Amino acid sequence: MKILVCLSHVPDTTTRVKFADQNTKLDSTGIQWVINPWDELSLTRALELKDDPSCGIDKVTVAHVGLAATEPTIRKALAIGADDAIRINAAPADAYYVAAQLATVIKNDPYDIILCGIESSDYNGSAVGGMLAEFLNLPSISSVSSVAIQNGKVIVNREIDGGKEVVVAPGPFIAIVQKGIAREPRIAAMRGIMMARTKPLKVVEPIDCEPLTEWLSYDLPKPRAACKFVDPENPGQLIGLLQNEAKII
Amino acid sequence: MSVLIFIENWDGKFKKISFELASYGSKVAEMLRTDPVALTIGNVAPGEVDRIGKYGIGRVINIQNNAIHSFDSQLYSFLIDHVARKEKATVVLFSNNNTGKSLAPRVSVRLHAGLGAGVNQLPSGLEPFIVHKKVFSGNAFAQVMIKSPVKVLTLAQNSFDLIENPKEVVMESLPMPAFEQGIKTEVLETQKQTGKILLTDAEIVISGGRGMKSSANWGPLVELADLLGAATACSRPVSDEGWRPHEEHTGQTGKIIAPNLYIAVGISGATQHLAGVSSSKYIVAINTDKDAPIFSAAQYGIIGDAGKILPKLVEEVRQVKGK
Ligand SMILES: Cc1cc2nc3c(=O)[nH]c(=O)nc-3n(C[C@H](O)[C@H](O)[C@H](O)COP(=O)(O)OP(=O)(O)OC[C@H]3O[C@@H](n4cnc5c(N)ncnc54)[C@H](O)[C@@H]3O)c2cc1C
Repeated sequence: MKILVCLSHVPDTTTRVKFADQNTKLDSTGIQWVINPWDELSLTRALELKDDPSCGIDKVTVAHVGLAATEPTIRKALAIGADDAIRINAAPADAYYVAAQLATVIKNDPYDIILCGIESSDYNGSAVGGMLAEFLNLPSISSVSSVAIQNGKVIVNREIDGGKEVVVAPGPFIAIVQKGIAREPRIAAMRGIMMARTKPLKVVEPIDCEPLTEWLSYDLPKPRAACKFVDPENPGQLIGLLQNEAKII
Repeated sequence: MSVLIFIENWDGKFKKISFELASYGSKVAEMLRTDPVALTIGNVAPGEVDRIGKYGIGRVINIQNNAIHSFDSQLYSFLIDHVARKEKATVVLFSNNNTGKSLAPRVSVRLHAGLGAGVNQLPSGLEPFIVHKKVFSGNAFAQVMIKSPVKVLTLAQNSFDLIENPKEVVMESLPMPAFEQGIKTEVLETQKQTGKILLTDAEIVISGGRGMKSSANWGPLVELADLLGAATACSRPVSDEGWRPHEEHTGQTGKIIAPNLYIAVGISGATQHLAGVSSSKYIVAINTDKDAPIFSAAQYGIIGDAGKILPKLVEEVRQVKGK
């Protein structure tokens, strides 16, 4: 079986974002770019499955839609342990565009399990996985918190509000993953970093596709009013404030 | 033309999140000078549709059939697509929860419709169609233009107030269109938490961090939650340590919530934690460190030891509530 992990390349999650050109685009000065946290966990889980011979995983590939500047992020995934990588050489205009590009690559070279993150920590779209599934007419299971393979059957846990479901995924499918899929992201070892330089990274040119959305401008959250402090010797006052001032309890 | 609102069905019942969506959908329909129509799939308990009517919806379409025995995203998006075309919907709305996130992207491809995910207010323009949403996990917002003739939106939870506008509701059952490919996923088992207030539904949430020191200290926090009818939550290290169950983990990589009141106890307020709670209407912080970043996100704060403060809060709430 072959696994594909779709990667998004995002600012480090502690970044204080700023915008340039009259707030119409992200100011990327000083930003540290990382693999989207969910994708890093998906990759970790894919490699854990591959490490277990009983799962029968032959190959773990990563795919990313991005310009050449994103290659260090892809190399990082190879260093962590992916076997090979595909970069579709285009700026990711919107989720629809990204999913259309990934779908074309996958149609030409299908995978048994495709893992996408529940969202990308930059534009918070929660969209690529589901759109990709629809483009490929494949089943998709969302909010997946575990993927296991037992006797050749792929079994996933899906979070539902207030509980979970155990689902058997048939044939090729897309798992849209969230917390729980792996405990800690796997870290690249020195040997992995050396090997990553020579692992195959295929660059594919994009197909024509019209994005359906356009990002016009950004704004920062309004600063919250200064915090009102309650005397720690008399914390009961807080309850009065919540009742009479905020009127929320 | 119409605005199609997907109303999630919880064993025959509807939840507040759907009433928010109904309120939002009737306003969007009003802006577009068209009618809102709701779609719900599966058996609906008697009286439930009237609860939707309260928020400005006069027509509810219902599809039920034995073939719909589990939540399969391919089948559901096929049905929503079918109804959207039949109703000539120009806007299709979902809640931005697990279900909405799994269906909206699929429906958007089927209808060749641009997706606005997690919108938090009414469109700021119709021609062009512009929506506002959170980006960078709440560190910023964006105005997004949707260029396609049909639009799919998911509405962020607790971002739109309920607007009462009672309507006489007509429920129409629609026969199930033939779904030739059939359901491919198979649900082996469903486990549902019962009796407890769900974190994602709760109006008040009390959350503990590493400053709680050990799992043994959660007693007063849980007691306070019970007294206030609140759900309990925690920071990531707390669930990683196994002090609290994983379902309580809140933040960027855990649950993203937007209660009216979030009380953070012994939580430093790391950006990744705030990413999951910053849409709360009010944040209260209890922390020994006056410089903890959580205080910059909070409206009310107490600088002090959680171990001493929580029991006093419990006592105060008991008195106020006369318990
Ligand atoms: C990719 C990524 C994703 C992440 N996702 C999440 C996420 O989803 N959710 C999340 O929570 N974290 C997440 N984190 C971790 C996050 O960066 C912080 O490490 C974490 O939120 C800290 O948890 P905490 O506030 O409980 O602990 P700490 O940062 O250790 O803070 C404990 C606080 O308790 C206070 N304290 C100590 N003693 C007392 C006392 N007796 N009474 C009152 N206060 C006291 C201290 O002053 C301190 O402010 C993520 C990190 C990364 C890198």
